[in-house]
Amino acid sequence: MAEQQRGTQAVKVGLAQMLKGGVIMDVVTPEEARIAEEAGAVAVMALERVPADIRRNGGVARMSDPQMIKEIKAAVTIPVMAKARIGHFVEAQILEAVGIDYIDESEVLTPADDVHHINKHTFKVPFVCGCRDLGEALRRIAEGAAMIRTKGEAGTGNVVEAVRHARAVQGAIRQLQTMDDDELYVYAKEIRAPVELVRQTKALGRLPVVNFAAGGVATPADAALMMQLGMDGVFVGSGIFKSGDPAKRARAIVQAVTHYNDPAVLAEVSCDLGEPMVGIDVREKGFKSYAQRSE
Amino acid sequence: MVAGPVKLRVGVLALQGSFREHMTLLRRIPGVEPVEVRTKEELDSVAGLIIPGGESTTMALVAERWGLIPELRSFAASQRPIWGTCAGLIFLANRASGMKEGGQALLGGLDCMVQRNFFGAQINSFETQLPAPPCLPRSSDASDTFRAVFIRAPAITETGEGVEVLAEYRLTEEEQAAQGHDSVAVAVRSGPLLATAFHPELTQDSRWHELFVQMVQQHAADAAAAAAAAPAPDPFAKLGRAPNRPADLPFY
Repeated sequence: MAEQQRGTQAVKVGLAQMLKGGVIMDVVTPEEARIAEEAGAVAVMALERVPADIRRNGGVARMSDPQMIKEIKAAVTIPVMAKARIGHFVEAQILEAVGIDYIDESEVLTPADDVHHINKHTFKVPFVCGCRDLGEALRRIAEGAAMIRTKGEAGTGNVVEAVRHARAVQGAIRQLQTMDDDELYVYAKEIRAPVELVRQTKALGRLPVVNFAAGGVATPADAALMMQLGMDGVFVGSGIFKSGDPAKRARAIVQAVTHYNDPAVLAEVSCDLGEPMVGIDVREKGFKSYAQRSE
Repeated sequence: MVAGPVKLRVGVLALQGSFREHMTLLRRIPGVEPVEVRTKEELDSVAGLIIPGGESTTMALVAERWGLIPELRSFAASQRPIWGTCAGLIFLANRASGMKEGGQALLGGLDCMVQRNFFGAQINSFETQLPAPPCLPRSSDASDTFRAVFIRAPAITETGEGVEVLAEYRLTEEEQAAQGHDSVAVAVRSGPLLATAFHPELTQDSRWHELFVQMVQQHAADAAAAAAAAPAPDPFAKLGRAPNRPADLPFY
């Protein structure tokens, strides 16, 4: 029989394909992870602090304690993701050694390298990375990301940046599809992306990997909005466990992502959810953007 | 308008997971009209159903919330063919281990024991070539092996009588030491049920889809009444807004 091959692109992208049409939830304890699984999350993101608390507390945000990640892994059967700092390939090595299912090289943590991202081709574990536009998405894919999420602004409960980034990516792809092939070289240079990936994106009419929305989704309506804008699924960070009734809100967001095109269902699941998380206006003076931490 | 020949409506359960990949491969097969199934009406309109890969816990919870579990059970009881890939295999199995605390809703019908996440975490996910069973159609691809992609895959550790094993996977020494098995079944067939632990929908190879379509055609021919198929409900009719979904992912 043929040898088995681990960590191939098909295997890395394949897990993200299995997560499509689902909700990935930030959790800080095994109990929260169980609530998320019970609500129908397709995966959980194990963290020490949700982004809203990272914003409030300030300081340097790093990879979570591996012990805490192990405890969350033991509590659930769904995939467990964890965040490494941008460019911190040793944090990524540690997360791979712990047996994490997906690594988020995340701008929500304080970047460890303000120039280079992790060379993700050297890992067997797959990576998801954030983007604000098509060029940034394709640069991450060139570095080996097997999944993309639009950045939004984590910990704000404000969907405006998530919408901006999703529209930027989808709009650029539509524009790309109308271009002459001769124009792709200069376009690739302008968006600072490899021309091969630009060509592939044009041919497919979409990013060549799975693309989730993130950063500000707080309600079932927000989640369905991101799905109708063409995202493959959503990450919900602070929006669930910073709200009044996390279990109920989590279930409602899961239903909204499956039935994103059915306003009657969305109306039904949006009823009586209790208090949403308190939001932050990103235009306020002194607002600290996480999305602009990397490009 | 000239009505074309009646196409065979094959459904893909579209609650979560890799349903669009299945739709893409079904579209390549002549005479097949793939249908995304989210509601009872859509389920009633199809002659066979694929339960895709994804998270089985999520699919079970979403199906339960909208009362789809009893509908799926009566679909299975009608003997219309069902094919489960990965999470779909877990749905079809009579017995399963490694489930989340409190268990999860199963459809059942396939007399076998399935272990969820048999190979462990994503780092142990893999792809390999396996021998193609004789029943696999050879028209689109004549090779004797097929590409099998296993993503946090389940495995079939026991099969009952009347369950035909179509593909087996011989464990590596490392896996044998961890599991105490030499090999596990990864594709089985029993009456109208087909189940695979791997994901043909993540490859270019449409032969498993052709095999399933043959099963559906056979059943539809047997039940001639199924010919008068209802028109497809438009999933965007409720919205009055053009579909804004991106195209499909590439195959790797």
